[in-house]
Amino acid sequence: MLHIVVCIKQVPDSAQIRVHPVTNTIMRQGVPAIINPYDLYALEEALRIKDKFGAYVTVITMGPPQAENALRKALSFGADDAILVTDRAFAGADTLATSFALASAIKQIEKEMPVDLVFTGKQTIDGDTAQVGPGIAKRLNLELLTYISSIVSISPEKREIVVQRRSEGGVQVLKTRLPSLVTMLEGSNEMRFATMPSMIRAARTTVKKWNRVAAGIEDVSKIGLKGSPTVVSKVFAPTPKTVKAEIVQTESNDPQDLVGSLLMRMFTKFPQVKEELVKSACV
Amino acid sequence: MSEETKKPASKKKFELDPKLAEYRGIWVFIEHERGMPHSVSWELLGEGRKLADLLGVPLSGVVMGTPGEDTRKFCQEAFYYGADHCYLMEDLLLKDYRNQPFTKGMTDLVNTYKPEILLLGATTLGRDLAGSVATTLQTGLTADCTELNIDIDIRSLLATRPTFGGSLLCTIQTLNYRPQMATVRPRVMAMPKRDEARSGGITEHPLSMIETDIITKVLEFIPDQNTNKVNLAYADIIVSGGKGLKKQENFQLIWDLAKVLGAEVGATRPVVQSGWVEAERQVGQTGKTVRPKLYIAAGISGAIQHRVGMDAADVIVAINSDPNAPIFDFATYGIVGNAMTILPALTEAFRKELSARNVAAVAA
Repeated sequence: MLHIVVCIKQVPDSAQIRVHPVTNTIMRQGVPAIINPYDLYALEEALRIKDKFGAYVTVITMGPPQAENALRKALSFGADDAILVTDRAFAGADTLATSFALASAIKQIEKEMPVDLVFTGKQTIDGDTAQVGPGIAKRLNLELLTYISSIVSISPEKREIVVQRRSEGGVQVLKTRLPSLVTMLEGSNEMRFATMPSMIRAARTTVKKWNRVAAGIEDVSKIGLKGSPTVVSKVFAPTPKTVKAEIVQTESNDPQDLVGSLLMRMFTKFPQVKEELVKSACV
Repeated sequence: MSEETKKPASKKKFELDPKLAEYRGIWVFIEHERGMPHSVSWELLGEGRKLADLLGVPLSGVVMGTPGEDTRKFCQEAFYYGADHCYLMEDLLLKDYRNQPFTKGMTDLVNTYKPEILLLGATTLGRDLAGSVATTLQTGLTADCTELNIDIDIRSLLATRPTFGGSLLCTIQTLNYRPQMATVRPRVMAMPKRDEARSGGITEHPLSMIETDIITKVLEFIPDQNTNKVNLAYADIIVSGGKGLKKQENFQLIWDLAKVLGAEVGATRPVVQSGWVEAERQVGQTGKTVRPKLYIAAGISGAIQHRVGMDAADVIVAINSDPNAPIFDFATYGIVGNAMTILPALTEAFRKELSARNVAAVAA
């Protein structure tokens, strides 16, 4: 049976993050935590392989204790096992330290059962770096397959996988060996609904909690802030432009008058915009 | 900062750790596939030139590809766009992009010639390669930077990027590791002038690999169909819509205006997430960065996530019913009003204005 590890991350629903208008600080209160949307494509793809070939799907996340909720959700979709890698020592990790911790934990998982495939989303919506997947692949010597739009075929016997990879200007069809690491592209599939039996099973499944030692990490200089080559030296709100928009107003504020006034002002001040429009317009 | 207090250097003169000081110069990875260079490479050379001049070091291009003139010509182009030097790796194994040989080639080059900064385009290729190279070299990598600068006192790259889903910016440094790596998305940096009078030297370096070392094989390449390709990043006129348009049907008003203007259609992340338009039309931190001559934003509040993708536009026209929407802080012109009534009026006004102009132009 194939063993698939899916790496997920719990992220704040960025659509709901607000910046305080006066202090310019992030207002996290009441922002719901969700599974990183890109990771759902990875999880669904793993579950489809499970449906087709039979597979054991382990979900893993690194995060604070409350990230257990993301794992429970993943179990309710149909994952078989869930591991929360959580330790204060991981705090402040950048992508290099994160990939080290996750790769170490996956090595521990392998001691129980060899891993054939690792799935991640193409990136997270809070960090947007797309670096942790490649990092894990390099550390575990897995064949790296990024931006995968479709898994064409898997042969568990021949230990081969054929995928379609989004690249600039087209799609590469790649064939490689297992074990490999796949980062799934958005829109590559549609997440299933959790079924009642799997929700019940999820509620009964114990989420394993691994600290640094359980994740097989001895060297603390490789994790958390210490293991991170990058440091955030400044966080700031973008400087507002000194010149704000010229607000177009007319006496009537009737749409026709407003747009008429806009065009007059814009074409007077920026004749090059008009030239450009004359070139491209289809009227 | 604790990092700085640890250093024995006095306040007067900063001295870089000798191991780090071995790394000198700025490198830009010159991306090309199937004979076509990616213009983000030239944009990066433009930005790299500024950084190199600040540090007083050479700017080099890294060109990897199959042996022959087709690959070598990219060195020449790199000189025209500002490089002083090129590192050239030619091998048949570098025909199509594959992670393994490119990672091996790039890490070998870095370990041999030791640049202090390595910049790559944040394309599917660049991000795949950058993440692998940074992990192999065990160094810091900052993705999708919107601004690059140098802290000249400590010769450190200041890489600024949006954070927290694009609501704030942060500056990231790699203080104790080299090279300092960063990726930048296409169109974020301005295109430098091409100067055919420029030239430079080439250092050749072999790829020490054979095909049987490489596990992944390319079976086929299926090019995108040009007919339905969205060329948002390089469009001169863009009409974009946000969630302020309330429902998908109203997004038609954006298409109507774009059609009259011969413009491309853009959208915000929430619009794409709701499935109103395809993902290729998303403008912003996780979508495309654009630099049009005219950007019309309707029903868009102007969150940083969107702003970083479009505020390099020459002229921004914003239509929003909320007079306090952040977009009015950086747009050129603003109309406070209902996009559903303003947009049709605007389409009509442009139609009249531009057809009259066309008639006059033809008559003259």
